[in-house]
Amino acid sequence: MSQSDSNPLDPSAPLEPLPGHSSHGRLERILRRGEFAVTAELNPPDSANPHDVYERAAIFDGWVDGINAVDASGANAHMSSVGICALLTRMGYAPIMQISCRDKNRIAIQGDVLGASAMGVQNILCLTGDGVQAGDQPGAKPVFDLDCMSLLETIRIMRDNSKFLSGRKLTSPPTVFLGAAINPFAPPYDFRPHRLAKKIAAGAQFVQSQYCYDVPMFRKYMQQVRDMGLDKECFIMCGVGPLASARTAKWMRSNVPGVHIPDEIIKRLEGAEDQKKEGKQLCIDIINEVKEIEGVSGIHVMAYRQEEFVAEIVHESGVLKGRRPWRKEPNPVDELVAARMEEILEEPRQVPHEMAGAVGDPEPSE
Amino acid sequence: MADQPTKPTQASLNKKAAQTTSYKPSGVSATGRNARSFAIRLWSVRHSRALEWFYAHFADVFLKLHPLWKAVGYQRAEGPVKFVEKRVKGFLFDCRMCGQCVLSSTGMSCPMNCPKQLRNGPCGGVRANGHCEVEPDMPCVWVQAWSGASQMKGRDNILNVQKPVDQSLRETSSWLRVTAVAAADREAAAGQGAAQ
Repeated sequence: MSQSDSNPLDPSAPLEPLPGHSSHGRLERILRRGEFAVTAELNPPDSANPHDVYERAAIFDGWVDGINAVDASGANAHMSSVGICALLTRMGYAPIMQISCRDKNRIAIQGDVLGASAMGVQNILCLTGDGVQAGDQPGAKPVFDLDCMSLLETIRIMRDNSKFLSGRKLTSPPTVFLGAAINPFAPPYDFRPHRLAKKIAAGAQFVQSQYCYDVPMFRKYMQQVRDMGLDKECFIMCGVGPLASARTAKWMRSNVPGVHIPDEIIKRLEGAEDQKKEGKQLCIDIINEVKEIEGVSGIHVMAYRQEEFVAEIVHESGVLKGRRPWRKEPNPVDELVAARMEEILEEPRQVPHEMAGAVGDPEPSE
Repeated sequence: MADQPTKPTQASLNKKAAQTTSYKPSGVSATGRNARSFAIRLWSVRHSRALEWFYAHFADVFLKLHPLWKAVGYQRAEGPVKFVEKRVKGFLFDCRMCGQCVLSSTGMSCPMNCPKQLRNGPCGGVRANGHCEVEPDMPCVWVQAWSGASQMKGRDNILNVQKPVDQSLRETSSWLRVTAVAAADREAAAGQGAAQ
């Protein structure tokens, strides 16, 4: 299977663009080919050290089809998603860049989209973002210049019409696969499928859902989505994640906006001897249930601070069906960097002091 | 484990460290503080059908007055019209004068009252009781909008994707803008009819 997932001309070269695809990314290929995709969320470091990002990404290598680079999730400042994506693409990973509307206005966002695409980011996920009150700096100014819908539309216009929102031309449009988020577990429940339809109309090609702990509710939502025919127009990935303990579950339920955890789940965790193990098992059980739901094209594993479990969860749930997601691949820029490296090594060093003809000058005395 | 989230978070530490005086502001955001109460806003949503009917006629009257606005000058009319519009819509909907009113597409619930100013539907943070994530006391603007829209004739308007807000139109009259656009359309249509 890995054979068909490489460039036929040169397996080590970057992917060829395919007809009908809007990006050159692997995630889009996997989804369009009808395979069950797996994505995971990278916990953004609170540091300026690139190795923190590399280490965290290495855990997912060979297990996921895309790594979400979150944009100040929960309104807490972390390394920016643009920065994480720059590092990840440099190393040949396939990031899904999240953009939240909370912190940037439309001018900054459009610039970031171009920059990200230039770095090789193939997937962008458009979010509204949590309110600033949710984070550790509630005194920040909430921007919310665009909302997730107009953000989707903005990037779609940039990609398909080669234009900024103002109508000014782009010389090369960003080729990205556009994503959005859904939360079927928050009211108004009967509006939620219509909202997905709106997101698709605005440009969403894949969606990742909020943590799913209530499978019957998700099933009901998917029924409505299928009745509207939306699962044919968009790839729906179900968000899942292990709960570390019953206390964590209760904390998440009351403190993380938009997370719905039914009481049975908490009871099941409380009743277990090893809550952490039970949390992982619960996650695997949920994956096994949702993967059977018609219209679900993949899962999005959000194992916050339990990233080391992602590989186990993916392996034990068997969602990949023996498929091995690609490992790090060469970046189109690598060749350029290599050539530049040679040039630097070969060429004599330019010493400005000599070039200015100042070698023979007497030392300035003070 | 060291990273149990049950440990005090930075946010809660900050909250504790904040100086406590006898004055404690109400609400979390300016949006919440500005709202006197939600009773009238909710009344408007409950009567969205009637308000829709009323506005349709009101807009007709305004359009009929187009020659008057033109004679007076839209610029000069803006002051008094805006004065009335701001107060009437402010009273009924807690209008924020964004200048590009979408009330008829949002079930007569003003989306600018959303702390995130979402114009295309509810965010994922709506609480299970239908209240706002940011302002726990406020009923979610979009939960209201959905119920308001379900009673209206133009119930499908809520499904249209809205363009981003043009911030340069803040504090301008939406009524006059709509009228001027409708008048221009009417004239263009008449011009086409005459040409044929």
